Amino acid sequence: MDILAGIPQLIVYGIISGSILALGGVGLSLTYSILGFANFAHGDLMALGAYIALGLLALFGGLGVLNNPIGPLSFGLGLVLAFLIALVLTAIAAILIDKMIYKPLRRSGPVIVMISSIGVAIALRNILLFFWGPQPWYYIEKIQISMKVPWLLGVRIKPDELFIIATAITLVILLHLFLTRTRMGKAMRATADNMELARVTGINTERVILWTWGIGALLAAAGGILAGIENKFITPELGWQMLLSIFAAVILGGIGSPYGAIVGGMVIGLSEEISTAFISTGYKPAVAFAIMIIMLLVKPTGLFGEKS
Amino acid sequence: MEHFIGIINYIVFFAITAGTYGVLSLGLNIQWGYTGLINFGIAGFYAVGAYTSALLSGPLPSAWDLRTFGGFELPFIVGLLGAAVVSGLLALLIGTLTLRLKADYLAIATIGIAETIRLILKNESWLTNSVWGLKGIPSPLYNPIQHGIGAFLKGHPNLPLWLHDLIFKGYDWFYLLLILAVLALLYFIIERIIRSPWGRVLKAVREDEVATEMSGKSTFKFKMQSLVLGAMIMGIGGSLYAHYARFVSPLSFRPLYGTFIIWVMLILGGSGNNKGAILGGFIVWGLWAGTDFLTVYLPFSATQSAALRVVAIGALLILVLLFRPQGLLSEEKRVSTILKE
Repeated sequence: MDILAGIPQLIVYGIISGSILALGGVGLSLTYSILGFANFAHGDLMALGAYIALGLLALFGGLGVLNNPIGPLSFGLGLVLAFLIALVLTAIAAILIDKMIYKPLRRSGPVIVMISSIGVAIALRNILLFFWGPQPWYYIEKIQISMKVPWLLGVRIKPDELFIIATAITLVILLHLFLTRTRMGKAMRATADNMELARVTGINTERVILWTWGIGALLAAAGGILAGIENKFITPELGWQMLLSIFAAVILGGIGSPYGAIVGGMVIGLSEEISTAFISTGYKPAVAFAIMIIMLLVKPTGLFGEKS
Repeated sequence: MEHFIGIINYIVFFAITAGTYGVLSLGLNIQWGYTGLINFGIAGFYAVGAYTSALLSGPLPSAWDLRTFGGFELPFIVGLLGAAVVSGLLALLIGTLTLRLKADYLAIATIGIAETIRLILKNESWLTNSVWGLKGIPSPLYNPIQHGIGAFLKGHPNLPLWLHDLIFKGYDWFYLLLILAVLALLYFIIERIIRSPWGRVLKAVREDEVATEMSGKSTFKFKMQSLVLGAMIMGIGGSLYAHYARFVSPLSFRPLYGTFIIWVMLILGGSGNNKGAILGGFIVWGLWAGTDFLTVYLPFSATQSAALRVVAIGALLILVLLFRPQGLLSEEKRVSTILKE
């Protein structure tokens, strides 16, 4: 029973890491369905976003006002500002990478683009390594005491973690509104369904691709920065460490279904955390892979994917 | 002259490593070059081959080892063949799970399996001795050769120092010959089977899976055979590495050295061309090792210089894909052995 007593707390951890994986997964799912290739550099886009925010945070370092913690949170307005600017900068970086590398390769077919994405991934990771080194960099030096929530089986949660969950939910709602209410959002969904058909109906698919990279990278950066807030620090390996879990989330939810990726991210996050009650934490990264393999055997189209 | 011998000894060492990469690149060439299968988990097969060989041929666990299993002290050739068999079985498992699905799934699943294997190497210390790795893997014929060299040097005490240094490293020359022999053997076997009707089906699968299936070939079977054969060769590469380094640990099989660099080798050398696959191994390892010497002239730390070199290798892959997708040696398009054109 000792094992089970810890489960509510692990569920809380699972929801936190699930929120982060969901953000990464949605972006990967969008680029996967619209551009038609598995982007192995997506995890490294998350890391890039996290490091851009770190750089901006250092830039704001001189401005004391920005470092004063907001309410119960352990960080100040500086990190929030850095977060927002980093999202935009990461989106721009992703669009530039597409223009320089993926776009010219698109005529060689999706498989070649996929292979090139491994090159992009390894280059991005080592650019981060070059500028920041292999050591962890801290967003927040302060240690935060977690609050006990008596009415919720006595689980403990930190204000920062509530911020992570709230931010993820806000971004997912904004994405939903974007996809369903705006012209560009609808064009994106149409392109994901059938690019040829979308083009025939007069949708500017190049513009759609641009927006896809923008939004995918923006969500990736958000996931990366939130992971940094949760862990307190980041290393260049951040993206590689999350890559398998994000892919598992996307496959679980069904490739091409952004909502599926959110559910997939949650399921993977929860399973990874809850697994630690039963198996060695050393195998935590393999849990996502095991779930992915089971899904591929049972229902390769994923929970919400369409039959192809 | 002594300096010169140092360089020669280094070149032999370099060629052994590059030759091992050539073996791995040949394995990938069967999978990707001829069949179009994407294996992003080469490191997994490479590691399984190295560890299998180490456990089969290596010594019993010592008192300060964590592992309690393995060390059968079997001959080198048993280790080598065992490595091929176990890597092949692993490929059979992954193929069964993923080869009926879209090509991307194989790519993702192979990354997953390589990472899982790395976790097993780290965590299952009874088998793998965890991060401390397996030590004392014997190099084939090491003792007789070293003994012979020792006796010869004793008998000729008046040799010039440079000749002494050259002969002293005689074992490396032997191992280089061994690697080159394995490379040549694999090269001729692969060339032979690729020109057979079986090899033609592999290329057909690569070009158009649906059409191949329509012609009555089970593409699943052929993809599986290609995946397994490629993995067996990667296992042999792992065995060759283990018996030269005489030590294996999870660190040797990180994605960068175990998977990524081999892709760059094959793509640069020429996918679908076995000469290209081997050439790519030597060129990319040459660039990698060669740039190491240049970094002393750069105002960066060792970590930074290494990172910069990896960025350059990543850029090289992208540049080749953009400007010379067929690689240095492009695939021979040969329809028939009778018709020359």
